[in-house]
Amino acid sequence: MTQREAHITVKDLTMAYGDFVIQKNLNFTIQHGDIFLVMGGSGCGKSTIMRALVGLKEPAKGRVLYDGMSFWEAEPEEQDRTMRRFGVMFQSGALWSSMTLAENVALSLEEYTDLTPGQIREVVSLKLALVGLSGFEEFYPSEISGGMQKRAGVARAMALDPDILFFDEPSAGLDPISSRRLDDLILELRDSLGTTMVVVTHELASIFAIGNNSVFLDPETRTMIASGDPKKLLAESRDPKVHKFLTRGEEGAREQ
Amino acid sequence: MEIESGQYEMSFSRPKEDTLLVRLAGNWRIGGRLPSAGEVQKQIESGPRIQRIVFNTEGLTDWGSGLLTFLIKVIHQCSRKKIRVEKAGLPKGAVKLIAIASAVPEEKGSQKKGTRGPFLSRIGESTIAFSRSVVEMLGFIGDATVAFIRLLKGKARFRRSDFILTIQQCGVQALPIVSLISLLIGLILAFVGAVQLMMFGAQIYVASLVGISMVRVMGAIMTGIIMAGRTGAAFAAQLGTMQVNEEIDALKTLGISPMEFLVLPRMLALVLMMPLLCLYADLMGILGGLIVGVGMLDLSAVEYFNQTRASVTLNHFWIGLFHSAVFGVLVALAGCLRGLQCGRSASAVGDAATSAVVTGIVSIIVATAIITIICNVLGI
Ligand SMILES: Nc1ncnc2c1ncn2[C@@H]1O[C@H](COP(=O)(O)OP(=O)(O)O)[C@@H](O)[C@H]1O
Ligand SMILES: [Mg+2]
Repeated sequence: MTQREAHITVKDLTMAYGDFVIQKNLNFTIQHGDIFLVMGGSGCGKSTIMRALVGLKEPAKGRVLYDGMSFWEAEPEEQDRTMRRFGVMFQSGALWSSMTLAENVALSLEEYTDLTPGQIREVVSLKLALVGLSGFEEFYPSEISGGMQKRAGVARAMALDPDILFFDEPSAGLDPISSRRLDDLILELRDSLGTTMVVVTHELASIFAIGNNSVFLDPETRTMIASGDPKKLLAESRDPKVHKFLTRGEEGAREQ
Repeated sequence: MEIESGQYEMSFSRPKEDTLLVRLAGNWRIGGRLPSAGEVQKQIESGPRIQRIVFNTEGLTDWGSGLLTFLIKVIHQCSRKKIRVEKAGLPKGAVKLIAIASAVPEEKGSQKKGTRGPFLSRIGESTIAFSRSVVEMLGFIGDATVAFIRLLKGKARFRRSDFILTIQQCGVQALPIVSLISLLIGLILAFVGAVQLMMFGAQIYVASLVGISMVRVMGAIMTGIIMAGRTGAAFAAQLGTMQVNEEIDALKTLGISPMEFLVLPRMLALVLMMPLLCLYADLMGILGGLIVGVGMLDLSAVEYFNQTRASVTLNHFWIGLFHSAVFGVLVALAGCLRGLQCGRSASAVGDAATSAVVTGIVSIIVATAIITIICNVLGI
């Protein structure tokens, strides 16, 4: 395969709520087929960055390029077209509470494909089965557990086989086995469908299991302090904060 | 997304007597039309008995969920017919994803049945539901009374700031709409009355008509209906949203009674504000009558005022204020009850608000009828 352009390029990105700067001067690139992790402590702005990437919140400064196309400078139609290639799972699930799980997953299929109702039902069953929720089609979000809502959110994000999947803390609140299964699913979707994944997470086990690229956000300096393969970061990073994070706070473990 | 319509290709052949070779090629993403597993079925049924199915996917250019759903269906059909499906020819990723999808068995017990019962049993069910809702309502009124008694004893707790905020929302902020509506009601009453009374040359009695009807019932009813639509719906939506977010459960776990913490301040605020609003509405209604009287009937303002003062007694005032205090309780109860009964979805919040307004208005009218009859019997 020929060398393709980076899938997502972030240039000098600054995110702020009003005058309150959350993160500034972010630069990173995400290649096609990357599983890209956004790491950092709670409240450092991971979800905010994700909102800029998925087109929900305009950055205060900087650019986000998709295959070379600058998203926030593009025409609204172009933005819509780009956004339709995304699948997004929100931190709180954000399932539509008055629709069943099947209807939640089916909505985008009904809007954007020519599938027959029967085929939509099959695709919906497949997506729910992939996240381990077979048989819960007719349940409402309030009738399933929090972890199941998370997984249903993942199923909804995958509905259209998007080019890029954004997951905001997918494994928070999941039992270890479901969490492991979700990691397998993420790897498999990348390997077989070539989906690019952007995953906000601080689950160490899954960080090392799935990630091949990452950015580490620091709340104090309000910018990124490391990026790259998390396994390499663990082995090579000299930054004590990064190291502390990746070893669950075992300070000085690397000092000889 | 430019989802290209799937230009899938599928062809069949039989390399051996008992083997079906399915050749899949082209684009198998969802988006366009997808092939149906029925075609495989047809192939199996035509010709001698098939023992196994093999796949050739060399020509496959692109695939996604379209291929997966197709394969799952084929595998399902074949397992029922005891036909072996050789997965060797399939893309590795597809095989793995199918394995992930079947890793967690389907929850059989959880499958819900969406069937509707026969007509008569549905009537029965809604009757039972109705009687249950009446019991719930009575229970709610009981709880509210208990909470009120605890308040009188100084044991109930709620946040004073909540109370003040609610007073502001259902008092001052309701003034513009109450002004407009009661002024217009006064005007309308005066107009309709004037047409009849002028025939007898008794225009001056327009003042009595407007004064008594506004002060005795109309002022209270109009503010009641306005507040049911404005504040009752707001209460239901607020509490309903709290119910959806499990905020009310969070209060309960802290041992704080939602009845005291949420319902009492709202009810008190409304019971305090309704009579004041009613008084204000009375005055605006009389002003409306005055406008018609002076503008159309050639009465002087002083004449109109004197006639109003002569005919409207203090008794009328008390009855009007009593009405409005009762309506305050009813509107607050309806709003809070429907809010607390709310289900856990966005549309349930909408239903709760609608139901609060309907319950509020119906109970206002019923209460008016009862109070009027009682006043009649007592001769006041
Ligand atoms: N709507 C908002 N308005 C103002 N500040 C916000 C808003 N949402 C989040 N924040 C602030 O932005 C910071 C980062 O939030 P968030 O991106 O949700 O963090 P994370 O996802 O990393 O835990 C927090 O300090 C939070 O207080
Ligand atoms: Mg977050």
